[in-house]
Amino acid sequence: MSATSIGWTGLAASFVLIIVAVVLSVWQRLDLSRSIAWASLRAAVQLLLVGWALHLVLDPGASVLWAWAWVVVMVVFAGMTLRRRAPEVPGILWLGTGAMAIVILVSLAVIFGFGIFPVEGRTIVPLAGMMIGNSMTSCVLVGRRIVGEFADRRPEIEARLALGVPWPDAARPHTRAALRTALIPQIETTKAVGLVFLPGAMTGLVLAGVDAVDAVTIQLALMYLILGSVATSVTVIGLGLTRQLFTADHRLRRLDRQAS
Amino acid sequence: MSTPVPDALLRFESVGVSLEEGRDLLIGVDAVVHGGRITVVAGPSGAGKSTLLRLGDRLEVPTSGRVLFRGVDVAMLDPCRLRRSVGMVFQRPVLFPGTVAENLRVADPAATEARLIAELGRVGLGAEFLDRVGDDLSGGEAQRVCIARTLLTGPEVLLMDEPTSALDPWSRQSIEDLVRVLAAEGLGIMWVTHDHAQMERLADHRVVLRGGRRLPAAEAEQYLREAIGEDQP
Repeated sequence: MSATSIGWTGLAASFVLIIVAVVLSVWQRLDLSRSIAWASLRAAVQLLLVGWALHLVLDPGASVLWAWAWVVVMVVFAGMTLRRRAPEVPGILWLGTGAMAIVILVSLAVIFGFGIFPVEGRTIVPLAGMMIGNSMTSCVLVGRRIVGEFADRRPEIEARLALGVPWPDAARPHTRAALRTALIPQIETTKAVGLVFLPGAMTGLVLAGVDAVDAVTIQLALMYLILGSVATSVTVIGLGLTRQLFTADHRLRRLDRQAS
Repeated sequence: MSTPVPDALLRFESVGVSLEEGRDLLIGVDAVVHGGRITVVAGPSGAGKSTLLRLGDRLEVPTSGRVLFRGVDVAMLDPCRLRRSVGMVFQRPVLFPGTVAENLRVADPAATEARLIAELGRVGLGAEFLDRVGDDLSGGEAQRVCIARTLLTGPEVLLMDEPTSALDPWSRQSIEDLVRVLAAEGLGIMWVTHDHAQMERLADHRVVLRGGRRLPAAEAEQYLREAIGEDQP
């Protein structure tokens, strides 16, 4: 066993902590034992499958096109996941898929355009995954927030529309509030990094024996990319959804208030 | 189809509104708003009064029939321009965050302070209100600010959706007086109410709705007689 490979024995040993979680659940009658066991098992199956597929994609002899194909699949699945997590948000499938595609295009263009990382399967797939994964929660948050805000604030929005104010201006204060709400957690996370917690990539690099300063610079670059990705995806979803909630003749559509 | 009379600013021609789930909010309703007159729309809750009003400035669109502003189908007009000509005052006064002056400038960002003071004066409020914020105003004052804000767009028609239902009797009376003055200045007023005595006080023209339909004149008279009888203690 080394810092870069824990082996099956190491994996099995780490499972002890899952048993601890189950015991705590039983002791406190949280009724979460099944959920914890199912989550652990599902994560294991998913990650093992991903690891096996990644092994093929990241093989030095494999074409980089496989990595790009992987990214396309991730973008589509991200859109589908968003629809499942926020079904009350109209058009979330297409908006989410579009937002993720734009995030990937912009972010990878910056990463590879400036030569921050080399264009290889082993950089394309994890970087895209990291940006999509971090953007998902914020996208759900902004989608729900906008639907909820517009349903609750219908009188105020219609009062502006009734004054002849075009829909983008009538919506702006409310869209802005929703965008801020969705972005603030990521900003707070970025502020707290290093003081409150050590982020995953850096921890992994340090465990793998990479010099701490090198690990920090890579982590910082990733944090900036993630913040940029979250801001981009939230803005695309926020503005796209806002547009969708109005008709071409500047009326606010009927909304079901299901958002949290 | 009848030819619009010259002073008919707003005309509802056999308008109907049906929801996607099949429920009818309005069925074949005709109504007219003339310049200088007050058309009062009354009827029980759920009769379709507010829906009819909202068709006037295209916050709703009819699923059948049409609405004409100065003889032109509103569907052919730019909605933002239409809404500046056909203003709406809502049941509950909606003030935006900020001062009264900032609220008024939503309607006309280029308005001078003198113009703002003039519009406030028109609704019976003094210049000292300009720096007040919405939370500091009474219900009646807030509703007057909302009317002043709508007047800043220079409307020819005012659609008023139960504008006094949340106000005390004194505020209600003063807003009724204000609306009579505005009508005398030439504005066409469409006023929705569930208060039948108020309809008696204000109406030049009456529209009584029930179940989404306009009652014929004789039925409307009978309905109002009964309703006013029930209203009285």
